[in-house]
Amino acid sequence: MLKRQHMPIFVTIALFAFMFIAGSFRYTGFFSAQVLLNLFIDNAFLLIVAIGMTFVIISGGIDLSVGSVIALTTMISSTLLQDGWSPVFVIPLVLLLGLLFGGAMGAIIHYFKIQPFIVTLAGMFLARGLCYVISTNTITINHAFYTAVAQTKVTLPGGNFVSISVLIALLVFAAAFYMAHYTRFGRNTYALGGNEQSSVLMGLPVARTKIGVYMFSGFCSALAGVVFTFYMLSGYGLHAIGMELDAIAAVVIGGTLLTGGFGYLAGTLFGVLIQGVIQTIISFEGTLSSWWTRIVIGLLLFFFILLQKLFSSRGPLQRNIALDGKKD
Amino acid sequence: MEERRPILQMRHIHKQFPGVKALSDVQFRLFPGEVHALMGENGAGKSTLIKVLTGVYSIDRGEVELEQKRIVIQGPQDAQAAGISTVYQEVNLCPNLSVAENIFIGREPMRFGRIQWKKLNAAAAKLLEERMHLKIDVTQPLHVYPIAIQQLVAIARALNISAKVLILDEPTSSLDRGEVRQLFDVMNKLKSEGLAILFVTHFLNQVYEISDRITILRGGEFVGEYAASALPRIELVSKMIGKELKLLEELPKQPAAAEKKESGILMEAKSLGKRGAIEPFDLSIRQGEIVGLAGLLGSGRTEAARLLFGADAPDQGSLVIGRGGSAQTPRRAIDNGIAFCSEDRKGEGIIDDLTIRENIVLALQASQGWFRSISRKRQTEIAGQFIEALNINPPNPDQLIKNLSGGNQQKVLLARWLLTDPKLLILDEPTRGIDIGAKAEIQKLVMSLSQKGVSVLFISSELEEVLRVSDRIVVLRDRRKVKELQGDEMSEQSVMKAIAGGGEG
Amino acid sequence: MKHHLFWPVTLLALLLLFNLLYDPSFFSIKIRDGRLYGSLIDILNFGAPLMLVAIGMTLVIATKGIDLSVGSIVAITGAMACMTISKGTDQNSLGLVAMAVIMALGLSLLLGLWNGFLVAGIGIQPIIATLILMVAGRGIAQLITNGQIITLNSGNYKYIGAGDLFRLPFSIFIVAVVFGAAVLLTRRTAIGMFIESVGNKPVASRLAGIRAKSVMIAAYLFCGLCAGIAGLILSSNVSSADGNNAGLWYELDAILAVVIGGTSLNGGRFYLAGTVIGALIIQTLTTTIYVINVSPEITLVVKAFVVLVVCLIQSESFRQAIVSRWKTRRYPAEKETTRHA
Repeated sequence: MLKRQHMPIFVTIALFAFMFIAGSFRYTGFFSAQVLLNLFIDNAFLLIVAIGMTFVIISGGIDLSVGSVIALTTMISSTLLQDGWSPVFVIPLVLLLGLLFGGAMGAIIHYFKIQPFIVTLAGMFLARGLCYVISTNTITINHAFYTAVAQTKVTLPGGNFVSISVLIALLVFAAAFYMAHYTRFGRNTYALGGNEQSSVLMGLPVARTKIGVYMFSGFCSALAGVVFTFYMLSGYGLHAIGMELDAIAAVVIGGTLLTGGFGYLAGTLFGVLIQGVIQTIISFEGTLSSWWTRIVIGLLLFFFILLQKLFSSRGPLQRNIALDGKKD
Repeated sequence: MEERRPILQMRHIHKQFPGVKALSDVQFRLFPGEVHALMGENGAGKSTLIKVLTGVYSIDRGEVELEQKRIVIQGPQDAQAAGISTVYQEVNLCPNLSVAENIFIGREPMRFGRIQWKKLNAAAAKLLEERMHLKIDVTQPLHVYPIAIQQLVAIARALNISAKVLILDEPTSSLDRGEVRQLFDVMNKLKSEGLAILFVTHFLNQVYEISDRITILRGGEFVGEYAASALPRIELVSKMIGKELKLLEELPKQPAAAEKKESGILMEAKSLGKRGAIEPFDLSIRQGEIVGLAGLLGSGRTEAARLLFGADAPDQGSLVIGRGGSAQTPRRAIDNGIAFCSEDRKGEGIIDDLTIRENIVLALQASQGWFRSISRKRQTEIAGQFIEALNINPPNPDQLIKNLSGGNQQKVLLARWLLTDPKLLILDEPTRGIDIGAKAEIQKLVMSLSQKGVSVLFISSELEEVLRVSDRIVVLRDRRKVKELQGDEMSEQSVMKAIAGGGEG
Repeated sequence: MKHHLFWPVTLLALLLLFNLLYDPSFFSIKIRDGRLYGSLIDILNFGAPLMLVAIGMTLVIATKGIDLSVGSIVAITGAMACMTISKGTDQNSLGLVAMAVIMALGLSLLLGLWNGFLVAGIGIQPIIATLILMVAGRGIAQLITNGQIITLNSGNYKYIGAGDLFRLPFSIFIVAVVFGAAVLLTRRTAIGMFIESVGNKPVASRLAGIRAKSVMIAAYLFCGLCAGIAGLILSSNVSSADGNNAGLWYELDAILAVVIGGTSLNGGRFYLAGTVIGALIIQTLTTTIYVINVSPEITLVVKAFVVLVVCLIQSESFRQAIVSRWKTRRYPAEKETTRHA
């Protein structure tokens, strides 16, 4: 039953298991359900962003604006709360804004055929800049609802607990999983990443799918922003700097092809968990400094990109590319 | 038979592109339950006609009727909705999706907003088995299967959208014999079910094997429609290749090459071949000799030339240039005195963004390396010389090459290679798509080069041209070298016979 | 057809004009302590690192590539140089400073080679290949400085980024030299033509006998070196190395400068002078926003719009959408396939 296309995701899961087991042997107190759950608690927002990013990358694009959209969401939320708005309005509003923001970028990418990289780069500048237009300072949130959500511990059988953010993230994960595998939108996204020209010739709604993918990513970023406000209880223009890189790294480590058309959400989940484990190991080690996280993630990124390269150059996926134009 | 009415009829189709008449007054009809071959060489207008049918191009004038109703096709979706489906050589499906999905994507069976995978897979398996006699695991991604299967899947998708007309655009180009057999079985079955199939191929054997009727186009014009059984092979070839205009006939015929036979061998290929491109062939070229490479489009002409230049790597055989030189990469080949003008002028020849001057000196500069730069002044001088010698228009070395006409671009490319002072010049369709005057100039140039001792490998679809310039002609058919003709053996008749094959070896 | 510098120069002129109208003293240059002072000098001085990075980026983009790691390289080289000097007994010793500079620049070349190897050697898409170093780079920089912000007390090192020569900031001369070298290298040798050829038509270039891989590696090497020099100037200017924040956003500003300068992201023709003006426009914009007393972070919003507008102007689809809306809607595929015929 082990299909060749499942290989990358097995490598990812094996790597996670290995890291977790290695950590358990090396550090006392590492091997516990709570440490595992903490990975989710500390990375709930990253998981949400990475899910949106997975769709974008599967469709053959990239979204660099996610970190900035998170920051913008925290800013808008905290300002509106400060002005006395109710979370009942604030949360739907920021989610809607994220959706529109992503949709606008998707429309520009599709209709004007500008590279996604550059359009979302502009989006990144714009969202980050808008944060500072609102304020250059940290705005703390002391709205009862937010603090309550932040402090609520959902106890699981066995005495361990997770946060509400984790539940939200898992809900998004389940919804995204369903969307990817059981809806036309999901399948069209895969088709688009597999071969855009074919998708057009097969009569698939390419415009709708492409714009939809960026809308979803924008929505996920905004939702991650909401979760991030629960986590930080503040709005700040410098929040989530470089988060787009973490998200891309999680997606790639999760086995999704950066060239599009292939990838699994489960892989992304483990990509996020691997980043969490690295951080946990480094904090348990004590003598290792935080910057090792970045170096190790960089190395993993390199390793997985190399793996993808080997994987795809042997596969017949390459054959169709070679037919389009002789490779130099 | 003759009482039936055509399902598809195209009348007086005109299509003009900037500078080129792609189709003029072309007609075409297709009956239900027949396989109809559309034949023609490069630039004949086949692809344009098909693109009109699939809604990629609009037409300037003319009408298209499907089932006696006039239709206007405005895009691929339109064509599909009307019942015209196309399967291309480069299968236009998504290699990353499963076989079943590729057949049904966009029309998946849904229930409560959820794709019914079991139903979908079962339907796909049933469709493939019943209509294609194909039993495969439909949950596997498409890319794990060979192109032949992918094509059958594409046909299955087309049938599932209830196609009335199926267009197969060079489906057999990358298939082996067994796979072609499999495809033909399916085609015969579909034909008997009443489907109308338009079939495009370069392989004559296949045309006669499968098709009932043949329409020939040449130079964007309608030559005729024939029943396949009533059109001898050789006649088909001559109708496709046709006659050239008077102007060229006045050119002097290449003088008998008696003294060239004495000259040394410049390049020798022994059982050089590449799987799927060209079967192993022997070829030796003498100094100052012009060797013509004849054969229909897709016969392996370009593939052979690319191996000789190192543009593609052979998987067997050997190639020796002069005394032990090789051509593993274009760079090596150029160092050993080989030059190659690709048939794909726009994709593999000109550098759009650069000027005439830069395009001319590019190859010479590349062989001189990064630092022994040719000065701007010298570049302008060189460009000026070639502009004058080859009559390049506009005569401005600093004009961007993308603004030139096809013929002038070709001359610039010739200049690029002449500047490297090659021993062997490989010209792949150097006269295609350029006007008659430029054509004559290029032929004259080739002959004068040979007199100066440069060898030329001359590839062209136009038989008369090959006959006129060549000392010796190598004929390719179905990716194989089938004949070598020289001296008195070289006649239109003998070359056509070799190209057509069939009756004799 | 307007000269390729027309729009960049116009934009810069308009920006300067705006400043002049807003504050007539903008153009005034004073001599203080034997050195020229004024907004214009500041723009040149503070814009120097960006100009350098953008010059390198121009060549990479011309080969149809992109280098996202320049910001990280800026941080790494700054850290390397500062670390080397801080280890010495006499921080001001000329030999030590020279060695630090050489080591830092050597390292930047190595990093450029790494990028070039991934892109040309292994064949990874440039965005992804350089993303690796972009992610890992800041970690490496902090590794070198051991996570601390290293401060120096070395007059000789400080001269690189804060010294002056002929009454002008020394960094301006560095930019001039690098720019001159880049122009000489690309226009007096054949490298420039090869870069344009490879970026424009990789396949045709290979068939013309150009060693495309070497050309690409050279571009990434040069880009690495430029980022390295920028890293030296930045760290020397503040006499310290901050692995986390040095060179932050530089890759984006550099790409923006290149695009404003008229070089297309699709590779091919490149314009070094345009890039330098592009970098000056960005720097002037930043300065202007300071002058008119708006929160400086708003620059980002303005930049976002500049990126969009420039890309839209370069986008064929956009232009055609404006020129002939109805036609592209009716046969969208025709435009792309007309090359056939």
